[in-house]
Amino acid sequence: MQTFILSRLGQMLLTIFIVSLIVFFLVRLKGDPISVMAPPTFSESQVEALRKAWGFDRPLLEQYLVFIRKALTGDFGLSVQSRIPAMELVLKRLLNTYLLAGVSAAIGLLIAIPLGVISALRRNSWLDITATTAATLGTAMPNFWLGLMLILIFSVNFRILPAFGALEASSIIMPALTLGTGVAARLSRLTRSAMLEVLGQDYVRTAYSKGLTARAVVIRHALRNSLIPVVTALGLQFGWLLGGSVVVESVFSWPGIGRLMIESIGVRDITVVQAALFWFALSFIVINLILDIVYTFIDPRIQLRDVKG
Amino acid sequence: MSVERSEPRLPEEGTPTAVAAASLPLRQTRLRLAARSLRRSHVGIMGAVLITLVVLTALIGPLLTPHDPLQHNLRDRFEPPGYSDSERVFLLGTDQLGRDILSRVIVGTRVSVTVGVLSVVIAGLIGVSYGLISGFSGGIVDNLMMRVADAFLAIPFIVLVVAVSGVVGAGLVTLILILGVTSWVMYARVTRAEVLAVREMDYIMAARALGQSGLKIMFKHILPNVTGSIIVLATMMVATTMLAEAALSFLGLGVQPPTVTWGLMLSDGRQYIGSAWWMSTFPGIAITVTVLGVVFLGDWLRDLLDPRLQGR
Repeated sequence: MQTFILSRLGQMLLTIFIVSLIVFFLVRLKGDPISVMAPPTFSESQVEALRKAWGFDRPLLEQYLVFIRKALTGDFGLSVQSRIPAMELVLKRLLNTYLLAGVSAAIGLLIAIPLGVISALRRNSWLDITATTAATLGTAMPNFWLGLMLILIFSVNFRILPAFGALEASSIIMPALTLGTGVAARLSRLTRSAMLEVLGQDYVRTAYSKGLTARAVVIRHALRNSLIPVVTALGLQFGWLLGGSVVVESVFSWPGIGRLMIESIGVRDITVVQAALFWFALSFIVINLILDIVYTFIDPRIQLRDVKG
Repeated sequence: MSVERSEPRLPEEGTPTAVAAASLPLRQTRLRLAARSLRRSHVGIMGAVLITLVVLTALIGPLLTPHDPLQHNLRDRFEPPGYSDSERVFLLGTDQLGRDILSRVIVGTRVSVTVGVLSVVIAGLIGVSYGLISGFSGGIVDNLMMRVADAFLAIPFIVLVVAVSGVVGAGLVTLILILGVTSWVMYARVTRAEVLAVREMDYIMAARALGQSGLKIMFKHILPNVTGSIIVLATMMVATTMLAEAALSFLGLGVQPPTVTWGLMLSDGRQYIGSAWWMSTFPGIAITVTVLGVVFLGDWLRDLLDPRLQGR
């Protein structure tokens, strides 16, 4: 177990190092970040002064070393726009994004698991067909459009939910529903097929034949085992959630990192974009590490070595 | 939409099809099997019909538009669906500049399809080569290459695309390139997994023993084993990239006006959501139907080509 966690940690550090390279070079895709940052009204000498001030005239390697040394202490530089440390801006919005992602994931699981289980138990019933159709529709629908449609229904027509901001407790309902139903659509299909596979196993038949109630068999034997692939998928879904939050936060003006990133791109605030990118990647990597470890606990059959390969 | 495991649909021994098929060249047999399977699959047929309609619209759409999609018409702003004045009908209504929504939805198809297909081709080329090299090299090279892939996977796709297009700038061609070079990771992972599965097989050993070069083994002996999974994945990725294009254009970071795209139309629609519901409704339906067609087709292809990928 320890060696497993250690080797995963080692891999994780390597991945984070590569992420830092991506974040570093991304803003230099057009050569010099100054070309992105400087307003078009700047004169040649002003651009040159700005370049000096930011150290973009130094050799690349030196720039990277400075960048990574500061980044390790959480310092991504001052926001170009507001002169506040970029990381501070990100951290301020962090909780909002995690809150939204957490509630959405919870909504997703609460819909997906019961729906997937019932679909598998009542295979090919009208309920199963409706659920599968809804799930397919849910994966095909752009999440920001679903958000717009919710606004149209609940804010414009019925006027019961706020269309944007995070001023009231009920503000989270629509963005979380938008993202949560997307997760549910993806996970319910998976739950269904995992459940179908488990229901066909010998031990399920044994459990039935020794006289257990259907309820006990489904909950204690089948469901537990069918959740294993769902847990793995949840990790990847978390990436989808974080990505979705960028768009959905913009639709609902939810004050999270995603919206911060879009705003910062709009005003060419590259330090904030870098800090936000880093947080997105870090959150995803850590969540998946945790899930990998959880995974080995729920399924003792899994060898404690590189699960992902 | 059937997600349960289905048996590969091969013709049974001695049936007329099997006999006929046996005498045909391999490629033709495969096509025939595919056509047969398509006829039996409701999902496949729905997908094929939807995609045919969408592609046709993309090809000849500009000939079908009832009005000029770019024509401002300030007298007829915000007209609801079905509105008609003395000479013209606006089936799906008009937008804030009086442009015909139906015509714009039709014209927008082209961007969506072009972006979806081209960026998937780019991503596929990059990802498959990457996966081949990584899996075939093995050892530390493979390990390092996979960590790079992990790093790209760790930054959510949309976040990466948003950041890159924020830096590089927007526009149709740029967008296709950006979506292409940012979405290669899944191809690399799938290809690598397949390569690892076949790398140690006897026929590869035999090729090696015959002194064939690594490149030749990679492309001639290993690649054909990967194509099934890649086609399935690529179809699914067309859906993902189409959604990403819409999202990006919606955020103002993708295709720029006056090019007409569904994402841009939705972004206009959002501003007038309190007064003109049709502006934000119809482009969304167009995206959903198109993506749905791709997903259906992908589901069917998965059943046909790659039973192992099911339910993922």
